[in-house]
Amino acid sequence: MDQQTLSLLVVGATFALYIGIAIWARAGSTSEFYVAGRGVNPIANGMATAADWMSAASFISMAGLIAFLGFTGGAYLMGWTGGYVLMALLLAPYLRKFGKFTVPEFIGDRFYSKVARVVAVISLLAMSITYVIGQMRGVGIAFSNILEVPLAIGLLSGMAVVFIYAVLGGMKGITYTQIAQYVIMIFAYTVPAIFISLTLTGQVFPQIGLGSTLQGEDTYLLEALDQTMVDLGFTMYSATEGGMSMLNMFLLTMALMIGTAGLPHVIIRFFTVPRVRDARKSAGWALVFIGILYTTAPAVGAMAIWNLVNTVHPGEIGTEEGHLAYEDKPAWMERWEQTGLLAFEDKNEDGRIQYYNEDNEEFAAMAEEEYGWEGSEIVTLDRDIMVLANPEIAGLPGWVIALVAAGGIAAALSTAAGLLLAISSAISHDLLKGVFMPRISEQNELLAGRIAMAGAILFAGYLGLNPPGFAAEVVALAFGLAAASLFPTLMMGIFMKKMNKEGAIAGMLVGLVTTLLYIFTYKGWFFFSGTAMLPDTEEYWLFGVNPTGFGAIGAVFNFVAAYIVMKLTKEPPQHIQELVESVRVPRTDNPS
Amino acid sequence: MSQEDLSRQAYWRAHLRLLAICLAIWFLVSFGLGIILAAPLNAISIGGYPLGFWFAQQGAIYTFIILIFVYAWRMNVLDRKYNVHEE
Repeated sequence: MDQQTLSLLVVGATFALYIGIAIWARAGSTSEFYVAGRGVNPIANGMATAADWMSAASFISMAGLIAFLGFTGGAYLMGWTGGYVLMALLLAPYLRKFGKFTVPEFIGDRFYSKVARVVAVISLLAMSITYVIGQMRGVGIAFSNILEVPLAIGLLSGMAVVFIYAVLGGMKGITYTQIAQYVIMIFAYTVPAIFISLTLTGQVFPQIGLGSTLQGEDTYLLEALDQTMVDLGFTMYSATEGGMSMLNMFLLTMALMIGTAGLPHVIIRFFTVPRVRDARKSAGWALVFIGILYTTAPAVGAMAIWNLVNTVHPGEIGTEEGHLAYEDKPAWMERWEQTGLLAFEDKNEDGRIQYYNEDNEEFAAMAEEEYGWEGSEIVTLDRDIMVLANPEIAGLPGWVIALVAAGGIAAALSTAAGLLLAISSAISHDLLKGVFMPRISEQNELLAGRIAMAGAILFAGYLGLNPPGFAAEVVALAFGLAAASLFPTLMMGIFMKKMNKEGAIAGMLVGLVTTLLYIFTYKGWFFFSGTAMLPDTEEYWLFGVNPTGFGAIGAVFNFVAAYIVMKLTKEPPQHIQELVESVRVPRTDNPS
Repeated sequence: MSQEDLSRQAYWRAHLRLLAICLAIWFLVSFGLGIILAAPLNAISIGGYPLGFWFAQQGAIYTFIILIFVYAWRMNVLDRKYNVHEE
């Protein structure tokens, strides 16, 4: 059986499983549709949260980003896990106590204002749609790899599947499907990592393998990798130099952390558990399940770049046999060339591949002089392919390759489903039922949600085809928006009893607008390429702040604007202050 | 102010104290050891891991997990002590 048939079989089997579960667990009421009837066990919810949360960006792009960033890639690892600490400590238990269906609903009730609720819906839509783009691109890449078709066709197939899938289940169906998706995803991620770790270092656990010596040698893997990167004109892999500046690493980590805590599609997962204490514990379980992948990812990234460099440069740099001949290219390279995500060009026409850092002028000049190199000959190397190509690079069996493809698609589908539910509930429950058409029937409420879902898929699909950056970076922008608009407002709603509607609305708007303006200035208006006002490079960034990390600063603007406006306007009514008192304790005997 | 209000305030204060301790640890392992102090810490190695690199890519995550469970456990104790726990 060839690889394509095998991959199609494995992916097809997982699809049958998801659709089977979605049909078996169909929602029967609005409570089941929005919050799974609040009957989900905290460990099961933790697992579903992990699947909901770990997107195509985590599964496909993150290890690739880390592979090319080295040490500073830790911003993504710490940022996307540290947010759970904030969520467990500062948001989840209180929002569970409040006990409604959506995040804008909490903001609307707490700040006794439909305007606040609408602003929250706008923030939610801005970030969820941005976030869905990353998922669509991830699905497109995975499909184009399995079916060996151009990215556009892969993307369209992905859109069709997401549509069927998202329309089938409410929160209840999604929850049980996500548990299955988590199992497939984590298996698909760790099996190749264990194989590769065993081959390179002889250690079963990749987390230990990354800190071990190379098989049969005394040199540590990281040491050897540092040396190889330097030999090719790059910076040392594990050193703090290279990658992003300390300021940007700090801001990006912070933006990702508070953004994670403010993501509405993750927060609503904590509305599905029975009690407040379950909400706290469930966040811990979610992080355990997420941590399994996130502590494996650095090993995957480092070992992928190690394998890639050693495939292209099998011997000493600069000697003839030190470079792979074009005719000896392994099959996986040719497969990926068909997708257009990997491309070579024999610039110095010596029939061999040279891959090095041509942006390092000193090194490039030396290489031209000494070795006769005329530029790096891997002209396109999409970072997003690193995880998917990893098992092939390491020469693992066909079923592992098929499994990785299924895992990548599981990751993208589970997150897309969660996001689409958040988008459609914001439109049908918050906008239509909550504000514009309070008398809408339940049937029409669901119909409106589905139409909104379809529109979101089309829009995200278009942008997935013309993306403003790599999948993980697109997602990073969504986090900036969550960080700058929703998190500060939710937190102030719980921890500042005197915060009033004027302050909350001003804060959200200031956070959202400043962050969007800063991002659009460098990434193009609404991400359409060619409309950027300034080049997206460090010398043009305001105070050297990367747009992906701006959310942390937007959040500060949000807090400051909210505080100033609160001081200038009248304090919230008594019953709202009592509401805040009541969300702060798990059990209130006599609700006053 | 009633007895219950006083107890409610004491509960909230104890809670904020616990939050402050947990958030300090959260900040220390990630922004402190994983970013700001990573360069000097990299001079020390555990196995093949430079220490700053280890915190940024492994250690911070392990600490976060433990931190949430410890917080959940301490909160359950606090909830019972002030008699605001759920059934």
